Amino acid sequence: MKAEGKRNIWREYQKEIACDHFYYQRSCIRQNFFPASEKTFLKILRDELGKDIYDDPLHTTCTGIGYHTDVVPFDTIQAVVARHFALMTEAGYKNMAISCVTSFGIYSEITETWKEFPEELEKVRKSLKKAIGKEFEVPANIAHASDIIYKFKGEIAEKQQFELINKQTGKPLKIVEHIGCHYSKMFPSKGVGGAEFPHVLSGMIEEWGGEVVDYPERRHCCGFGFRQYMVQSNRGYSLSNSKKKFESMEPYMPDAIVANCPGCNMFLDKWQYTLAEMQGKTYGQNGKGIPVLTYEELAGLVLGYNPWDLGLQMHQIDCEPLLDKMKVPYNPEDKYLGANKKYIGRPEVAACLA
Amino acid sequence: MGKSIVTIGGGIAGIEASGILAELGYAVSVIEKEPDFGGKLKNWDHLFPNMRKAEEIEDYLSRKGKTPGITLFPNTTIASFENIKSGFVLKSNHGVSYSAHAVIVATGFEVFSAERKEEYGYKIYDNVITSADLEKRLKSGTPLTTLAGKTPQRIAFIHCVGSRDAKVGNTYCSKVCCVTGVKQAIEVNKLLPATQIFNFYMDLRMHGLEHEEIYKTAQEKHNIQFIRGRLSEVSENIDHSLLIKAEDTLSGRPLKMNVDLVVLLVGMEPGVGTTAIGKACNIEFNQYGYLKIPDVHLAGNLTSRKGIFVAGSCSCPMSVKDTIEHARSAAFEVHRYLIEN
Repeated sequence: MKAEGKRNIWREYQKEIACDHFYYQRSCIRQNFFPASEKTFLKILRDELGKDIYDDPLHTTCTGIGYHTDVVPFDTIQAVVARHFALMTEAGYKNMAISCVTSFGIYSEITETWKEFPEELEKVRKSLKKAIGKEFEVPANIAHASDIIYKFKGEIAEKQQFELINKQTGKPLKIVEHIGCHYSKMFPSKGVGGAEFPHVLSGMIEEWGGEVVDYPERRHCCGFGFRQYMVQSNRGYSLSNSKKKFESMEPYMPDAIVANCPGCNMFLDKWQYTLAEMQGKTYGQNGKGIPVLTYEELAGLVLGYNPWDLGLQMHQIDCEPLLDKMKVPYNPEDKYLGANKKYIGRPEVAACLA
Repeated sequence: MGKSIVTIGGGIAGIEASGILAELGYAVSVIEKEPDFGGKLKNWDHLFPNMRKAEEIEDYLSRKGKTPGITLFPNTTIASFENIKSGFVLKSNHGVSYSAHAVIVATGFEVFSAERKEEYGYKIYDNVITSADLEKRLKSGTPLTTLAGKTPQRIAFIHCVGSRDAKVGNTYCSKVCCVTGVKQAIEVNKLLPATQIFNFYMDLRMHGLEHEEIYKTAQEKHNIQFIRGRLSEVSENIDHSLLIKAEDTLSGRPLKMNVDLVVLLVGMEPGVGTTAIGKACNIEFNQYGYLKIPDVHLAGNLTSRKGIFVAGSCSCPMSVKDTIEHARSAAFEVHRYLIEN
């Protein structure tokens, strides 16, 4: 492996990412499965980096899941996106920060469509004005939230409390990075590092002391794929994709997986439980699963946030082995206590993971 | 005859055309940016289809370059180009002026930069090389091994890298890669008879004389496996072997295979020298960036400007054989032009 070759590719794919004043577009499923990630993102931007970011309660789903399962037509999703742009315009912002990789893909696809087919943009403007009386500007800058953390990874490193180092061995933690397909596989130029050797997550890992695992099925989809999962009879296909990835990464003995897509985070975490239940097979060390983190959770750990404030108790795969390696302090008794110290329940654990 | 010609480019086409014109009595100045003449030929080991040593053609060109009437100018580039009544004045990077009644552009091609096919991992994975790299290795005579020094058990040749590929902007066929892949596969089989060799192709364009025969020989006598399918990606395994993915379009199934070495059969692209001189001379380019010829059937050596001619692969991809023939016809066109003008 020649690192210089990768660096040459990364130089080709450096996108413009705004510095400040963001309009935040939340994700539908992240708020359910990794609810503290978005909160952590806002905290890092506001409290650590001193940035202005507006979390608008008026915005809705982008309808991307419906679009990719052929339930929502293109005209409809254009109108929904245009409404979000109108909300952003009304709030006085020009830079969009998008939490979800699918939403990021949707916004990219629609704004590119408008560049190629200006008549579509005019049609949407007229429709939105007629329907709800709103007008909008196309954002000056559209970034995925992971782009923004990537941009400020150095500033985060300056405040770093815990390195991505295995304190038991003194060696860098081996971390699998996984980007969502809709991050850069549709538009390689819109992703940091492009589609084949993306740098957005690997840049964070390296900056914070870890080592990126380059395994053969690194590029492979996590298996979510919308209709693979949404259509119940296709779920075996979804699971088999994740299994292929786990088998491929297993020989490298990764300490963690970090992803930037709601679906990838969810499936790489929860399919490990499913495979353990179905086959009694685990892919991590000491018979455990491989902890799966969002990039905000990873940044939060590096910054010294309490793991339970980061929502790590919501993961199917326990993160304690990773915390122990990093020597991040945590109180096991607080793990399943909510904000009001009330017991929130705990996920089922496969027998072989217990 | 008292007329002078400047040939820009001292590769196969430039030397061949210049040699013929010198034999006809013209004074020919050959401008070459490199210290040596002969172009990329000096990097090739054997030539298809008959496996002759490339050095034989090099020797021929070396003799041709010594034809009385030729003056060779190595390490020289053209800095400016001016039209005068009798023809052209070209000024070199050394400040030397060359007067010419006619100019031949013979700036050749560049090998496609395989790192642009990012999914194949060239210059990232240790054991992904190009056909140009392999040719140098074969010529050097060093044992063909992986980077770790292991004899490869399996080698995959990947056809059409940078050719017939809209993604990289080259929809044209480079013409020489198919037969080069077959030739190199045979050469490797002769060196490493126990190694399994696979050629992944879209379709094999064996259009030249004896090309189809060596394709047949590769299968019958050298046990080369030809798989119709374009590679989707290359990844590296933990032992630095390579995992390749393709679709076998004949069996209609996806295919995964571990190999020790991947050879990318890189196509041709217009060189930066061609672009620069084309712009300096104010001649037109075709849609791919090669120098445009006004009539594909009847004016293959002319350009959009009178008195400026083209020879060799700066007008389109060509084999060594085609380049020599094209250079000879360029010499004829220049001769006719100078007689008529």
